[in-house]
Amino acid sequence: MKQIGDKVVKLGLMVIAVSAISSLLLIALFIFKEGVPFMVRLGAGDFLASSDWRPEKGHYGIFPMIVASIWVTLGAMMIGAPLGIAGAVFLSEFVPKSVMRVIKPTIELLVGIPSVVYGFIGVIVLAPWIRLHLGGAGLSILTASVILGVMILPTVMSISIDAFTSVPNSYRDGALALGATRWQAVHMVVLKAARSGMVAGTILGMGRAVGETMAVIMVSGNAVKVPHSALDSVRTLTANIALEMGYATGMHREALFATGVVLFLVIIILNAIAIMAMKKRFAKK
Amino acid sequence: MRISPRYTQAAAVAILGGATFVTLAVLVFIVVFVLVKGLPVVNLDFLLKNPEEMGRAGGIFPCIVGTIVLTLVAIAIALPLGVGTAIYLSEYSVETRFTRIIRFGTDCLAGIPSIIFGLFGFIFFVTTLKMGWGILPGALSLAIMVLPTIIRTSEEAMKAVPWSYREVSCSLGATRWATVLKVVLPNALPGIMTGVMLSVGRSIEETAVVIFTAGQVLQLPTSLFDSVRTMAVHFYILVREGISTENAYGTAAVLIISVLLVNTLSYWMMNRFIARRTK
Amino acid sequence: MTAAVKISNRNFSVFYGATRALRGITLDVPAHQILGIIGPAGSGKTALLRAMNRLNDLDLNCRVEGQILLDGEDIYQPDFDVVRLRKRVGMVFALPVPLPMSLFDNIVFGPRLSGIRARPCLNELVERSLQAAFLWDEVKDRLHTSALRLSGGQQQRLCLARVLAMEPEVILLDEPCSGLDPISTARIEEALITLKNEYTIVLVTNNTKQASRVADTTAFLLQGELIEVGPTPQLFMAPKDQRTNDYISGRFG
Repeated sequence: MKQIGDKVVKLGLMVIAVSAISSLLLIALFIFKEGVPFMVRLGAGDFLASSDWRPEKGHYGIFPMIVASIWVTLGAMMIGAPLGIAGAVFLSEFVPKSVMRVIKPTIELLVGIPSVVYGFIGVIVLAPWIRLHLGGAGLSILTASVILGVMILPTVMSISIDAFTSVPNSYRDGALALGATRWQAVHMVVLKAARSGMVAGTILGMGRAVGETMAVIMVSGNAVKVPHSALDSVRTLTANIALEMGYATGMHREALFATGVVLFLVIIILNAIAIMAMKKRFAKK
Repeated sequence: MRISPRYTQAAAVAILGGATFVTLAVLVFIVVFVLVKGLPVVNLDFLLKNPEEMGRAGGIFPCIVGTIVLTLVAIAIALPLGVGTAIYLSEYSVETRFTRIIRFGTDCLAGIPSIIFGLFGFIFFVTTLKMGWGILPGALSLAIMVLPTIIRTSEEAMKAVPWSYREVSCSLGATRWATVLKVVLPNALPGIMTGVMLSVGRSIEETAVVIFTAGQVLQLPTSLFDSVRTMAVHFYILVREGISTENAYGTAAVLIISVLLVNTLSYWMMNRFIARRTK
Repeated sequence: MTAAVKISNRNFSVFYGATRALRGITLDVPAHQILGIIGPAGSGKTALLRAMNRLNDLDLNCRVEGQILLDGEDIYQPDFDVVRLRKRVGMVFALPVPLPMSLFDNIVFGPRLSGIRARPCLNELVERSLQAAFLWDEVKDRLHTSALRLSGGQQQRLCLARVLAMEPEVILLDEPCSGLDPISTARIEEALITLKNEYTIVLVTNNTKQASRVADTTAFLLQGELIEVGPTPQLFMAPKDQRTNDYISGRFG
């Protein structure tokens, strides 16, 4: 009797799991359905490699946007991931629990600050400073990277802290009993044990960075050109969609869906790389 | 030349501490800056009155209501779906290609730009399913957006529950579902709450998705299909159209304080829960 | 006079993936006795124990062959009520695993699942179980504090009490004293000797002295095979197999 109940539960959960995932399939389906025919008609090569984006003339080249998205995301990860993980390590391993109990909620609060507020601050505080001290237009890859990096910091940090605190104390005690300093215990034992959690936090943070639209629109300059330096204005793929979705029709709109397709693929590739990187490190041991 | 481990530790702590300090300082600066500029604008009138002149004057009451309703509905959809999926992945399945595909799909969903959820929500819910701009299409789109976060963090939280707890529970005659309900979930709750809090935060601040699915009508909703304007959208419009920097700061201040309240509430609930188990 | 047989293993084998952990074990567990199972690490003692309450079902890699009869019924037959089996055959693990809740909640965890809710019933059950585990006097004033606060020896006795609260017929113990100090060990052994009057006990131990102190019958396993089994005094003083002799005298282990 109880066996049947258990089987019903398992089936119910499987249905839930499948419906949750089918929402992904649904999104993929729609975006591809709208965007792929366009890319086929235009020629994928022209679409991806051409730097000529003039929809009014029927030119749809998104190469500059692809480059922009890659640079801005990489920049954000270079700032957000190390700082986030370093902060998480410091807060969970070298700081008394009582202090942490105050700081962690503070960090989690910061996840909720709207991206548009970050963007706003970027515009009125960071961009002028960069323009003054580093040159360029102020609204640039650098500005966007810094703002995005700061934006994803709380996400990476808070999930990494969770990962560290869930490493059992016996791991640390074992290392310390062998004569290791706290730092040695951390980087030799705890970091490895918490790896899956850290990667989860980083991937989620990267997700936010790639997907950020509003803040990026406000601080990256939105110029459609291939950047030559970190101080150049750029327009990312996401910004492109958001800015033009409002008034795009017909082929123009399809082009924006096709941009969505490219974004999709970029993300799948990034995730695959992340997963492979994780596997490689496990295999090396 | 070997450097003494005590020196490497001191250096590491200094660097890590420095990084942490910089991080926290920057984040705190942002909050303080907005609050300092925005709080003077916020008073009871601001919170409870309707906006006038497109937001140049008056309050943001409908935006507050819109934000709350939209977020609640989105979480109500995403939570059971997300935790259920996580339970299935963590407790009821072996690592097969199928589960690996599910996990990969979840990670990919996590990386999809919010604008695409906005696009999808617009094309699928608003247009194809003819829901129009409203709370339901907005909540559905938001729910799909936060689903991967909830699944991922819930699964991590459940994996962190020691295997021995499950063994003990089974050896005392519990079915697998009873073990999940009475042993795994209660112990995974703090982690699950983290995921939920992160999702609530994202829902409150999300602008791109909401504009394309819930619209931007400045009025109190009366049904699930009414369009609403959330505070984040209102802030963006105020800034973009240059309507009122002052009110923009005020809206941002209210936004930040709401997230603060929500987080504090959830931590209080969680601490009470943990305390009751280990006192 | 031969004792009644509570559990009978018939040509029982256990496989983890491709590795064979137990080879065709045929071993009877006499009722109302303590059966000690000794052997070096890797001999399959734990695999055998976990087979008796089908706890190895939780390991999806695990496959079994043969039969295990509880009161004459094969517990591995299809559609056998595993949940009820585990209520009749309880287990104490090597490392104490108190659940993160109060002592009281720990002990009533199992009974609550079986539907026993009445407070007086539960109170009585808790006192009885803790008494039988020789733990009552030490903790009777703090039943509602967290079980995580107990010492190792106390936690293990709590785990024993938790099993006893289920009113099982058989108690399986997997090296229960391995992390404990001698006094706690003595308490647990004391409890077991008292308990065998009401229950059937199977005790896996890597401490041969413990087996000689406590077990009525002892079985010696080596690399998945049952080498020898017999009344404890006879096994220890006049073992029939050379390998048994070598293990007991410490020539390997």
